[in-house]
Amino acid sequence: MPEDPKHIVTSFELDLKKLRDMIAGMGGLVERAVADATTALLDHDPAIAASVVEMDPKIDAEERNVEQFAIRLLALRQPVADDLRQVVSALKVITDLERIGDYASNVAKRSLVINKMASTFALSGLGQMARLVQQNLKTVIDAAGEADPAKAVTVWRADQAVDDLYNTIFRELITYMMEDARSITACTHLLFIAKNLERIGDHATNIAELTYYAVTGESLPDFRPKGDQTSAYVHASSAGE
Amino acid sequence: MENASHNTMTEAALPAGLATPLIDDAARVSIRGLNFYYGANHALKNINIDYADKKTTAMIGPSGCGKSTLLRVLNRMYDLYPGQRAEGEVMIGGENIISPGQDLNQLRRKVGMVFQKPTPFPKSIYENVIFGVRLHEKLSKSEMDERVEWALTRAALWNEVKDRLSASAIGLSGGQQQRLCIARSIAVRPEVLLLDEPTSALDPISTLKIEELIDELKQDFTIIIVTHNMQQAGRCADQVGFFYLGELVEVGPSSQIFTAPRERRTQEYITGRFG
Repeated sequence: MPEDPKHIVTSFELDLKKLRDMIAGMGGLVERAVADATTALLDHDPAIAASVVEMDPKIDAEERNVEQFAIRLLALRQPVADDLRQVVSALKVITDLERIGDYASNVAKRSLVINKMASTFALSGLGQMARLVQQNLKTVIDAAGEADPAKAVTVWRADQAVDDLYNTIFRELITYMMEDARSITACTHLLFIAKNLERIGDHATNIAELTYYAVTGESLPDFRPKGDQTSAYVHASSAGE
Repeated sequence: MENASHNTMTEAALPAGLATPLIDDAARVSIRGLNFYYGANHALKNINIDYADKKTTAMIGPSGCGKSTLLRVLNRMYDLYPGQRAEGEVMIGGENIISPGQDLNQLRRKVGMVFQKPTPFPKSIYENVIFGVRLHEKLSKSEMDERVEWALTRAALWNEVKDRLSASAIGLSGGQQQRLCIARSIAVRPEVLLLDEPTSALDPISTLKIEELIDELKQDFTIIIVTHNMQQAGRCADQVGFFYLGELVEVGPSSQIFTAPRERRTQEYITGRFG
């Protein structure tokens, strides 16, 4: 896509750039929170977990800053066409980013609890899921910053793999709990962690959809690759009864 | 509704797949293959556009893009100047109004126009409103009184001037003068109302009153407005046409033009990135 000519009013051009930078900045904080929460879980590091929980109010504050800036832009510049789509999608993207921050914080809090328990459950599956989610999050924040619809579509499609991993982990954890009732507490926390990661993936997909619309003016199809089937999951033993 | 039937007739002659009008409603004005020349200067290039009955169309574009020229074609104002000529088809009420046989007085009764600056005649308010009516109709005094009240009421000016109809129109404020000009235009009960930047000389409140008026008037008339104010086009119009260098680049529903225009040039113009 060729580069758009610049706006005649330089300060408007700068405002729109500032909005993109603010989103990228908030995206950076959120990426960091997810990465640190993963480290806290996999490396059993309570200090990093605490830092993720502390970071959450900063992410919330950043959301309010971007929101105020975007509202000011709407009121004073009355943007239309792609400019309007950029500002409106920014307002929605920050909501997704803020939610991702909340999930990261929740993962960090649960990692603290799990550290205190003796769990025999291997975390490699969760680690793999977390890496995939982080990769998607990074790509989608880049897509938003670079106004790149192709990258957005990549993320939109890639969420299927996250959902598949989630389904596997879900089944695995259920099996653990059935085998040994003493693992139920730890496994329930792990289940929530997996769900949190899966939700982060969904929010990354939302951001991909918003970015695609902001850049192209067209919506991605209503049907998106969605693979979380656990809501319909019934364990074989109970299904047979 | 003989006027609206033009579109239906030509549509019926087309195979089913091709018979898709630009907008769903019947067109009151239908332009096909219109070219306009100021001497050697080719000012409008192959314009095709429909103006739907009882809808407002805004025409936007940078100065010199041809939008005001198109208004001048619609009431044949260019006839006043030698060396200016139009070619193509401009159908209003089943007639090609740019054909030489067109009765200009009849045309200007059917197509009213309001200009950028208010143009009241140095006469009373009453005389301003009834001026055009006198040219076209023989009415009794009471019928004329009725028509003046009707036009001033439709133009949202009646309550402000009903006690001083014999006062000079020059004493009215700018916004009132513009509404008086609208009253004068609609007093002859035209089919189409052309507005050439009708609020560019007005303060924000008077502007909003005119915009409210446009919304009211489109229940009765087909309205075509030229404006440089994008927000105004968005607020007033059902469809928007973007003109550039004598070409109609894009025409579509306002909501589409201002959120996701199809053409790059439209987007660059309305977002202020032109040039």
